Amino acid sequence: MAVEHVDGKNKGKVVLYALSTCGWCNKTKELLRGLGVSFDYVYVDLLDGQEREDTLNAMEKWNPRGSFPTIVIGDKKIIVGFHEDQIREALGE
Amino acid sequence: MNFAGVSEIEVEEVYKRLFSEAEEGGYHLNPDVEFTKNLVRGYIRNEQRYGYPSCPCRLASGKKDEDLDIICPCDYRDPDLEDHGACYCALYVNDAVLEGTKVLAPVPERRPSRSERAKINATRTVPTSASLTQLPYPVWRCKVCGYLCAREQPPGICPVCKAKKDRFEKFL
Repeated sequence: MAVEHVDGKNKGKVVLYALSTCGWCNKTKELLRGLGVSFDYVYVDLLDGQEREDTLNAMEKWNPRGSFPTIVIGDKKIIVGFHEDQIREALGE
Repeated sequence: MNFAGVSEIEVEEVYKRLFSEAEEGGYHLNPDVEFTKNLVRGYIRNEQRYGYPSCPCRLASGKKDEDLDIICPCDYRDPDLEDHGACYCALYVNDAVLEGTKVLAPVPERRPSRSERAKINATRTVPTSASLTQLPYPVWRCKVCGYLCAREQPPGICPVCKAKKDRFEKFL
């Protein structure tokens, strides 16, 4: 499994880097679903080898600490962790 | 969250064990039982796929040596409980959160980044001052809870926090 897409209102490119086992990642994904916005998500723990390395490198450019969840909005705004207010505000919801 | 291969009976059993171990050691599980059981599912999933229960909210490498610090309870739990009222994934909380006088907020990641960890591992040293080498026994420190004991080898399981032997470091 690589990047999964969820259809919804177009608020620009929204990418969620997550772990399949993480409760906060799960809350973040459900929030995005509930807001009905279009977004992509990837469970980095389910990736192996070069695919995992490339994904982590891409994520660490935004969040050098490499923690989850990391949300990148419109290739410019980044939110680390389940900060509901910040996510709603960044998406204008 | 549901994982194939993680049964609800197992989730219940592990939850009960973690709950009683926490309370015996003076710790508390998150009182949001639904959220906590989701973490327990991740804990069990990690134990199945890696052979050890690494933090469900952190990316394990699958190599135990590199993941020791994030095997639950992680090396960062106690300082995070002190500073934020919860550990990073919020499986464990302090008294104030348990009693509802403090609201849980996302805990910032305290674990060093991948590149920082590589540097730390390259420069790790064991203390060897002349006077301390005269001790009749070496002193071992539990990296999870700070428990100290003077004996030839660390205990198999930390009597305070239940961390396993490989989480002890030589302290003196």
